[in-house]
Amino acid sequence: MTGTDVDALRALADRVAAQAAPGEQVEAYVSQGTNTSVDAYQGEIESLTQAGSAGIGIRVIRDGRTGFAYASSHDDDIVAETLAEARDNLPFAEPDEWAGLAEPDGTAATALDVHREAVLATPVEEKVAMAIELEKMVRAADPRVRGVRAASYTDAEGAFAVATSTGISVGGRSTIAYVSVSALADDGDASVIAGGMSVGRAIDEVSLDEAADDAVSRLLAKIGSVKPESAVVTLILEPRLTATVLGIVSGMLGGEAVAKGRSPFGDRVGEQVGSPLLTIVDDPTNPDSLGAEPYDDEGLATRRVPLLHRGVLQGFLHNTHSARRAGTASTASAARHYSSRPGISARALTVEPGEGDLDSLLATVDDGVLASSLGGIHSGVNPVSGDFSVSVEGLRVRGGERAEPIKEATLASTLQRLLLDVSHVGSDVEWQPGGTGGVTLLIPGVSLSGR
Amino acid sequence: MIEDPTLERVLARALRTGGEFAEVFAEDKQNGSATLDDGRVEQLSSGRDRGAGIRVVVGDTTGFAHTADLSEQGLLTAAEAASAAAREGGGGVREVALTRRDVPNPSPVSVLPDDVPKADKVAILRQADAAARAAAREISQVTASVAGSRRRILVANSDGLLTSDDQVRTLFSVSAVATGDTGMQTGRKSTGLTIGWELFDRIDIDEFAAEAAQMAITKLRARPAPSGQLPVVIGAGSGGVLFHEACGHGLEKDLVDKGASVYAGRVGELVASPLVTLVDDGTIAEEWGAFAVDDEGAPGQRNVLIQDGVLTDYMWDFLRSRKEGRAVSGNGRRQSYKHLPMVRMTNTFLENGTASPDDVIAGTDHGVYVAKLGGGQVNTASGDFVFGMQEAYLIEDGEITEPIREGNLIGNGPQCLQDIEVIADDFAFGGPGTCGKDGQGVPVGDGCPTLRVAQLTIGGTSS
Repeated sequence: MTGTDVDALRALADRVAAQAAPGEQVEAYVSQGTNTSVDAYQGEIESLTQAGSAGIGIRVIRDGRTGFAYASSHDDDIVAETLAEARDNLPFAEPDEWAGLAEPDGTAATALDVHREAVLATPVEEKVAMAIELEKMVRAADPRVRGVRAASYTDAEGAFAVATSTGISVGGRSTIAYVSVSALADDGDASVIAGGMSVGRAIDEVSLDEAADDAVSRLLAKIGSVKPESAVVTLILEPRLTATVLGIVSGMLGGEAVAKGRSPFGDRVGEQVGSPLLTIVDDPTNPDSLGAEPYDDEGLATRRVPLLHRGVLQGFLHNTHSARRAGTASTASAARHYSSRPGISARALTVEPGEGDLDSLLATVDDGVLASSLGGIHSGVNPVSGDFSVSVEGLRVRGGERAEPIKEATLASTLQRLLLDVSHVGSDVEWQPGGTGGVTLLIPGVSLSGR
Repeated sequence: MIEDPTLERVLARALRTGGEFAEVFAEDKQNGSATLDDGRVEQLSSGRDRGAGIRVVVGDTTGFAHTADLSEQGLLTAAEAASAAAREGGGGVREVALTRRDVPNPSPVSVLPDDVPKADKVAILRQADAAARAAAREISQVTASVAGSRRRILVANSDGLLTSDDQVRTLFSVSAVATGDTGMQTGRKSTGLTIGWELFDRIDIDEFAAEAAQMAITKLRARPAPSGQLPVVIGAGSGGVLFHEACGHGLEKDLVDKGASVYAGRVGELVASPLVTLVDDGTIAEEWGAFAVDDEGAPGQRNVLIQDGVLTDYMWDFLRSRKEGRAVSGNGRRQSYKHLPMVRMTNTFLENGTASPDDVIAGTDHGVYVAKLGGGQVNTASGDFVFGMQEAYLIEDGEITEPIREGNLIGNGPQCLQDIEVIADDFAFGGPGTCGKDGQGVPVGDGCPTLRVAQLTIGGTSS
């Protein structure tokens, strides 16, 4: 498989941007990727996929109106058609006084080592062996493990380039590799299932032991789960699940949601929106994070963005458009797929560590739930109203000790309350696959619904 | 999209180093959408995604490669890659002769979305925006969007099958935010069918937008939802999501085979109340999950999954059907040519009962009425599933009273199906939905009559 070619992508993006007619701004966002994915089942390869993909998204702005079109090919003919289509779409958009492309803002890009040659150089047989070995390890780990639903190894190389007629011309590439496994065990008439994963930049940074141990220990802890009685409890979020909740919160701190009156934090900069123990930043320049990247998807150099400082709201995440609207500078938080215009996303959320790890914090909880998985987030969480109601599997905690495993229950509160009520912030920073550096959090006053 | 002789050569190349089966799935998808947000038409977007995915099966191993290059050389290269991925030694020449089989489209299209002048699309959005804002002074934000897609697919395989489909979908949605003393609330209404722009001949845009706005207004006075188990009445239409999660995924044969379904080994058994007959049917004209052929080339089909409470069949994909020596079921679907197909639902719905919907509510002392369900999620191994309540009310002494805030309900699939106490006679299809499984989204429909479940857990905050 041939790898990506950042220079060629930049040249393509530059060629498109150079076609801006007088009075026009043009931006081309070009992406390219290759990936290998192996699924193992019962000691054999169930499927092996090797594929490449490419895309281009073109924005054209004239007199404040924006037209957009995309295609899944870098063919000259198709690129030309796409530019024409974007121009064709333009007259139907309304003039927008904040429309405009990014311009270089003098921030230096952080040098980050996010690409590993190993992704392309490693023979596929070794990748296959990872998936097969992972399944074998999980099946052998404990007699109660009945089987594996899926064991897979995936790695990918992605490259992008973005160029504008306003002076942006950047590109870059990165790699990622991960294994994941989901294991099954009998539980009376039904079954329990639990997963584990390990992520890195290439095959040698991925740990089969970590993935297998996580899957098996979570699986065995679920056997004998019961539906709990309803109660008001202290929620114990381990770093992985803290990352999930903070990801939702960061979506509510996007400049576009704020400007359009869809964020409950909208006009609250300077106010106490979280516990004084909570300090949260988004920092894609941090090499410890798997979300670290030198540039955002509009081509601006990424930087550290404070969000909460001792619970006080510092500001929002912006792309060029939302920043112009808010009368401030972009925080280089633009995120996109080639088929869409830029949105806003945190990449590397970090919680400033407090004190204590999971076990020491759990020991302080009299009546709680240690969650191992949260579900139904897309159906039970409303980022506008702040309603938060999710399914939970995990352990009851009583008198500082782990008690019975629970299932078929929900946890409910509001996102506003969850942030304010955090009573303890742990010191156990763990970097998650999605880029967040999570820590253990304790949040009292959460409704557990069961029997 | 691709000439027959090219397909035959590509399939032969795919099997050149051995294998039992090869397939070329080609797709040409055009999308166009327009969105009005914050009082502005801010985005007209269009795009095209075209390519082919090639599968080669050797024993229990599938090799897969995809390409955006539909030239013969591009396809031959992908065929080689798929074949190499399936990793079989041994040679042999395979010749493939294709026989075209056309399946009539259940949903004829009058007006292609692409042929509609952009100005007309914008006019719809402006009308919806005005109507939603006019509904009440508390409406503080409105989003309206229209989208049309045309997906042409071609399936050719080494068994000699050659078939194609042309699937057009049109979608309209309006969301509103209401702001009041209790904070902000949202309302959303969407409609979509597997037809063209003639969808808009059937919609009263003013009424539609006003209803979305009204949902948000009503929730401004919503109470915290109860916490704990209560009888739940599910309204006709969107309640189909409950069955999609309670047993739909659990009846997908790939999950059954992997020991990841509570419904494994239960064909022929009573798995639900005898009132329950559950169907998955890709032939229902115009519904969001309808098609002429699935993404493996099998014709869409009506499949009764549960008959009078008894589990009658699972849903199958092509390879599993082949292995079992049985007929296909029309449930092999994929998100795009870049993905491998899997067992997926189409339009999944509960058939009518005989009660009157008013009696169902009147017969509920104290419970919750869910007028509109949001999405959901299921753990098929344990059977536990959740679904969201986008519009729900308390039932007190047999009457619908106060609105309650959004949240999830949770239950256990087999237990919930047994706990269905009464089913009304007012069947309705729900709105367009996207079903997610292993990272792939496909369009699905659902539906049900009003019904009551003896108890489900409401994930609220009020004891």
